Amino acid sequence: MKPLDIHLWGALRPLAGGASSVSMEAKTIRELFRKLADQYPGMEPHIKRGVAVSINGRIYRDEWDTVLPVDAEIYLMPRIPGG
Amino acid sequence: MPLDTSFVQKQFKVIGTRVKRPDGIEKVTGRAKYGADAFAPGQLVALVLRSPHAHARIKKIDTSKAEKLAGVKAVITSADLPDHTDGDRGMRDVLENCLARKKVLYDGHAVAAVAAIDMHTAKQALKLIKVDYEVLPHVTDVDEALKPSAPLLHDDIFTEGIEPKPTKPSNFIKQAEYGHGDIEAGFRDADVIIEKSYKTEQTHQGYIEPHSCLANVSPDGTAELWVCTQGHFVYRNQCATLLGMSANKLRVTASEIGGGFGGKTHLWAEPLALALSRKANRPVKLTMSREEVFRATGPTSSASMDIKIGAKKDGTITAAFAELRYQNGAFPFTWAEFGAMTAWACYDFKNVKSVSKDAVLNRPKCAAYRAPSAPIAAFAVESTIDMLAHKLGIDPVELRIKNAAKEGTKSSYGPVYGPIGIGATLQAAKDHPHMSAPLGKNQGRGMACGFWFNFGGQTCVDLNVTPDGNVTVAVGTIDVGGSRASLALAVAEELGVPYETVRVVVADTSSLGHNDMTDGSRGTFSSSMACVDATRKCVSELKNRAAKTWEIPVEEVEWVDGEARAKGDKYDNLGPLSLKDLAKGAGNTGGPIAGHSEIVADGAGVSFGTHICDAEVDPETGKTSIVRYTVIQDAGKAMHPAYVEGQYQGGAAQGIGWALNEEYVYGKDGRLQNAGFLDYRIPVCSDLPMIDTQILEIPNPNHPYGVRGVGETPIVPPLAAIANAISNAAGVRMNHIPMSPPRILKALKTKKK
Repeated sequence: MKPLDIHLWGALRPLAGGASSVSMEAKTIRELFRKLADQYPGMEPHIKRGVAVSINGRIYRDEWDTVLPVDAEIYLMPRIPGG
Repeated sequence: MPLDTSFVQKQFKVIGTRVKRPDGIEKVTGRAKYGADAFAPGQLVALVLRSPHAHARIKKIDTSKAEKLAGVKAVITSADLPDHTDGDRGMRDVLENCLARKKVLYDGHAVAAVAAIDMHTAKQALKLIKVDYEVLPHVTDVDEALKPSAPLLHDDIFTEGIEPKPTKPSNFIKQAEYGHGDIEAGFRDADVIIEKSYKTEQTHQGYIEPHSCLANVSPDGTAELWVCTQGHFVYRNQCATLLGMSANKLRVTASEIGGGFGGKTHLWAEPLALALSRKANRPVKLTMSREEVFRATGPTSSASMDIKIGAKKDGTITAAFAELRYQNGAFPFTWAEFGAMTAWACYDFKNVKSVSKDAVLNRPKCAAYRAPSAPIAAFAVESTIDMLAHKLGIDPVELRIKNAAKEGTKSSYGPVYGPIGIGATLQAAKDHPHMSAPLGKNQGRGMACGFWFNFGGQTCVDLNVTPDGNVTVAVGTIDVGGSRASLALAVAEELGVPYETVRVVVADTSSLGHNDMTDGSRGTFSSSMACVDATRKCVSELKNRAAKTWEIPVEEVEWVDGEARAKGDKYDNLGPLSLKDLAKGAGNTGGPIAGHSEIVADGAGVSFGTHICDAEVDPETGKTSIVRYTVIQDAGKAMHPAYVEGQYQGGAAQGIGWALNEEYVYGKDGRLQNAGFLDYRIPVCSDLPMIDTQILEIPNPNHPYGVRGVGETPIVPPLAAIANAISNAAGVRMNHIPMSPPRILKALKTKKK
């Protein structure tokens, strides 16, 4: 499996040693979150509170079975509220 | 089998038609039941005692005299709502906001509540509750609240997002940054630089129906709550947590809703009604007055912002910077951060940066308000873009088209865009007759763009075929803007039956699985997806029943235009079986016929809009009249165009009020001065022109019918579009919202000097 570049928003960067992105192998959002929480335990509370995932520009908030395509652009973002 | 959410191009039969609204007769004849329209035998009246101070320590609450008053059945303080939040900071804040514990944090903060046999007794009881306060210094301005010397609200807020992390608590909740490139290099490359600072005042959603509920807690531990809300399942879950109940013991039924716009996504007083009912062992109705709605429910943030844009003479923007400071009210959240994410999202900039600073202060807890945070940022950004267009002598639409984001643009909040609609709305604005219409004396034209993230979420639908062959659909998303009509259209379309044979109801929390709120422009997007899923499952079952009836393999059955047909040469002598035929025979083919769906509707896709406004400014009074207004927005597919137009018009109308008049006014004592519709001026029909709409339909690839959410984006551009129109009409650049007559008059006088 080819690792994906996972781009982090500002609040997550200090939890990954200041990196703006991390490299990770993951087939789904669920696997990505599990591995992020394992590797960067400080991210777990953020994931529990809610993290949105932009996959090639489309934002996913809840469907953790969503597949992360090979070479996809992945951004982690705060979970947005609505009105 | 999971639902395939991919858009499939097809010829619709009923989707896109303007059918009659199912709730129309009920609403125009006054039969529709809203929050205050429920009654229970023996119900009590609840009233809430609220703080007269902006900031004070509660030294003692004496309820003894109130409890002894004849007719008083229960009095509660925070001692009656023990903390069951188990370390969840967000829920603890909800609890403390519903009923103050050690301190009151704003004028109107609840400190106690009573339930009595009638309103008169309840009012008397409130007067008998004695609260001993130690008044503390307060702060109600966002820039003042961010200063290290400001009165401190919470001793456990240590600013997130700055290094090193502070060791002293402050009101500065969080700093966040978004963007890319090198803005300093970008500004060095610029031929022209524009800098401007802006302020927006706090506004309320202004829904016509105040919050109201009827709580009934039984001694056996079960409870019922009738309530006006945008999300009864979330209310169920949160109330159960705060009351220490199991969620299945609390059944919440949602009333019709007289407006929400984000303000009814939060709990305000419902836990108090439940706690009073539990203590009194009687049903309790709690209805807020308008004054309470203003003082103690969640308005949007007020803000202070600095914007800087650099550009080449040809209009290429080389760098853009924004610092956004938003107040969150008395409890921490990150409203400024969402402003920072949305501020520059319409554009394709090489160098862009937004910095957000969120603060707490002594005002009510801020709540979501329709595309929360985005209109404020758009006001500052789109005003400055307009100033740049003037400075460069470039048409404002052309300048925006030149710099607009498109497929492949790296967005200012990070990801690269897929196909998006900002370019299409700008081109439609450029081509719209409104743009070239003549203007009268003292009139000016402005335009602006707006962006919002839409989302989906957890959604659940039950579809049942009645024995007479009609259809009922139980949904879990509140109908705030016409979703029952759109959802009936989706079911009718999939099933191939007339719209009138489908009835959609909003089910209570004991009848369906969890549904997220109706927020984030998700109601029709999510529930129509679930309705398509449930109907397709129902059609599959109908084909099974036809196969059984005919005693042929199910593979030989197809569903066409609302009836089962036997396929091929072998069976085509069999006459079709209609939905009515199959429903009638259901008892002998396997029982009731139904379809269910439980989904997470995700991947909603972002949304853009462009507005055009003509404003007339009276130079003698400073009063602004909006004389023409046009909204252009991509709906993906307008399932019921009249409702989509209504959303566009409603967003613009609210934006016009926000831009011109609406404002929370605080005195030096930290008390709200204008908690009523006489002094807090929302627009009425006579204040508004007919708002024209243009629906663009660029299908959303992630919805079976191509639908996008449409409810929130329409409120994003108006503040800036109106500011730009006023600037062109009166020659004054307004940088403070609302642009009320006194502020415009002052600007005109300053200009004369």
